[in-house]
Amino acid sequence: MTAFLYVVIYTAALAFTGACVSRTIAYARAPVHLRWELYPIPHEERERVKHGGSYLEAAEWWTKPRRTSLLGELKFMIPEMLLLKGLWEFNRRLWYRSFPFHFGLYLLIGTMALLAIGAALSLFAPTLMAGQFGEGVRLLYRITGTGGFGLAILGALALLAHRLAEPSLRTYTTAGDVFNLVFFAVALALLAAGDLSRGRSAPDMLAFSKALLTFDTSIQLPKLLAAGLLLSAFLVAYVPMTHMSHFIAKFFTYHFVRWDDAPNRRGEKLEVKIAEYLTYRPTWSAAHIGADGRKTWAQIAAGNPTRGIKE
Amino acid sequence: MSRKIKLADMSRADGKPLVHLENKDLMSLPGPLAGAAQGRSWAPLSEQIRNRYECLLDDTCAVNVPRPKTRQEENDLIRKFISGLEKLFTREDNWTFLQPLLLTMEHCARCQTCSKACHVFEGSGNNEIYRPTYRSEILRRLYFKHVKKGGLLAAWQHGDIVLNWPLIARLIELSYRCNLCRRCAQTCPIGADNGLVAHELRKLFSQEMGIAAKEIHNDGSMLQLRVGSSTGMNPAVVKDNIEFIDEEMTERTGIQVKTPWDVEGADLLLIHNAGEILAWPENPGAFAVVLNAAGISWTLSSELAGYDSVNYGVWYDDAQLARVAVKHAEAARKLRVKKIVLGECGHAHKALAVVADRVLTGDLNIPRESSMTLLRDIIMEGRIKLDPGRNDFPVTLHDPCNMVRLMGVVEPQREIVRRICPGFREMEPHGVDNYCCGGGGGFAIMSSNNFPDWRFHVSGRKKLQQILNAFADCMGPSIPKYLCAPCSNCKGQFRDMLAYYDLWEKHRILYGGLVELIVNAMEGVKPGFIEWEWR
Repeated sequence: MTAFLYVVIYTAALAFTGACVSRTIAYARAPVHLRWELYPIPHEERERVKHGGSYLEAAEWWTKPRRTSLLGELKFMIPEMLLLKGLWEFNRRLWYRSFPFHFGLYLLIGTMALLAIGAALSLFAPTLMAGQFGEGVRLLYRITGTGGFGLAILGALALLAHRLAEPSLRTYTTAGDVFNLVFFAVALALLAAGDLSRGRSAPDMLAFSKALLTFDTSIQLPKLLAAGLLLSAFLVAYVPMTHMSHFIAKFFTYHFVRWDDAPNRRGEKLEVKIAEYLTYRPTWSAAHIGADGRKTWAQIAAGNPTRGIKE
Repeated sequence: MSRKIKLADMSRADGKPLVHLENKDLMSLPGPLAGAAQGRSWAPLSEQIRNRYECLLDDTCAVNVPRPKTRQEENDLIRKFISGLEKLFTREDNWTFLQPLLLTMEHCARCQTCSKACHVFEGSGNNEIYRPTYRSEILRRLYFKHVKKGGLLAAWQHGDIVLNWPLIARLIELSYRCNLCRRCAQTCPIGADNGLVAHELRKLFSQEMGIAAKEIHNDGSMLQLRVGSSTGMNPAVVKDNIEFIDEEMTERTGIQVKTPWDVEGADLLLIHNAGEILAWPENPGAFAVVLNAAGISWTLSSELAGYDSVNYGVWYDDAQLARVAVKHAEAARKLRVKKIVLGECGHAHKALAVVADRVLTGDLNIPRESSMTLLRDIIMEGRIKLDPGRNDFPVTLHDPCNMVRLMGVVEPQREIVRRICPGFREMEPHGVDNYCCGGGGGFAIMSSNNFPDWRFHVSGRKKLQQILNAFADCMGPSIPKYLCAPCSNCKGQFRDMLAYYDLWEKHRILYGGLVELIVNAMEGVKPGFIEWEWR
């Protein structure tokens, strides 16, 4: 049973990584699109960020060096990622439900990282983990774990209730949406219940993590905890296959769409890419496009569908 | 208010519109229009129109899609739609917007945050069909079902939808109920873009099915590519008109005005929206006055499309967008100018300076600049003498979405207005948070059937509210007020909407461009360049 659990957990981790990488590659490999930025753009110069302006506000902007600010992006991104600042600003009612859910998940991810570090240290620096440092790690993961479970479960239930009660959301809610939130709530509740109901003699999460790292199948987990781990592993594998993988999408929607204001300059890499795209052969059927499967985008753009039409 | 609309209603085959709009359900308006706007009735669609065209969405009909006569014709249209849908998601056919479209299709959380930002949804009194996610959700379900071919699993995860001709016919109209202002996208926590969805739908209909609003395709980009301008003016006519404007401006300003044509090696090629030349000749005239007075080396071009900056392709068709942008660049290349400067036209700014930036390569990649920055530098460097006292009347500034939220040109026009208009007041919100005039995305030039009623009642409603609020302290007819809109399409919408609600007649709210305010304040020009009369 324990070995089966380990296999499922490792498989889930691999599936999660594989699905995330595959999705990331799919988006990254998509062609550079036409410019479609949306202001304000936080990497602009500070004076311009204040009013949402762009380098296009400068006369003869192409003669000036282009400066972008990573700090400006970080000042926007960190509150957005950690605190869901956009939602706070534009949809406060939802923020009260969404923030606990997301922050709970962050705490749980932090808990997993602490457990992984703790387990590794138990193996390679056992004396360190046996002392006060180890106690500190245990205390910390219990705090983050308890907080994480509490917030994420409450958040998932609050989001579910909101989605079902609010008419504007209900119209757009699919069976899959309900399942997703229920899946989160049940898997996390089961895991939390399994940990809380664990007897004193049963291995704690740190001991389990150490056993997982070494594939030690001799430890015996309570059934409830094992069920919670199993279901959570499935959840981890499932998330990147759904729209909930927006943690990947958001990187692209911000950095590659909303904030992509890079100008096309002669002879630079971007122009080389565009030149390649202009050799693509579209197949759109409308007569005015004139796409016959042989003409390239460049030829279509240079053409005139009205040629031959009398005034 | 009609009953609650569901997504599945889009496929209803009862031959009836989904919603009927009542004035009492629309967002309320302040001050003088609190009750009066309710009294403005809509022209009903005639039986003839209903019989001839697909008018299955709401109380108007913008695109005039002929009703298929046979089942075979319907099936052919459905097949074409599916074929176009697939092409939207291929690299060869849609490299231009594939990445943002995929991200929007696959990651919207349907949290409805965007709805609160949409002026059309709010203006309609939160009518479900105008919710930004309504049309997107239809496309999303079609994408998972017909492109990803997800079967039952996709239907369970993303929802199902029945694809039939009524759905397609409604979707065609619905893609023309969004101004493409992308205010919704600005608020999306994930970065999904429902404005892009409307754009891509229009593109599918145009590029695959040959269906587009007549005003922007046949009478728009096609006419421009045929004779040189969507106004129908050929080079000889436009030159005649400008000559007439020069004479008129000379008389009005007391300064000799001469517009240069086809000057090889000039520093800049100025391209106006040619609609200005016909509808608001004082705008190109004022440009000539300012540029000549500032000693700028400039020219107009008489090449095909070189004298008309409009590029309607940016609203509905990538091939048309690219073709017109190439024509603009070719005109500049022929004259060997150092840069192209775009006159007061928002969508022309976005089309040529931003979107087409990744279409123009090699020697067609000629620098493009907004006239806002050029004018700002002329004013701030003191190259012309100004007397702000001549502009001592209430002025508010409209932010064209294409120039501001979608291009980031926010401050130059404000610096000018603050410098020359002592009575300047901002609308709220403004800048990149502005609301669309209601004529964006091509609506300002679309006037088939009773579509203008919809524009003034629904899409323009939020802006109307902003204008009335901005002038709330001086609404009386004794005080003339100036709504400054540095964009031709926005001006077109304001001209029609202010007249619709009698706001000039009863409250003396006039609209106009930015450069007219500059000339009105110029020392050495006869006072009273701005004529306080309706046009």
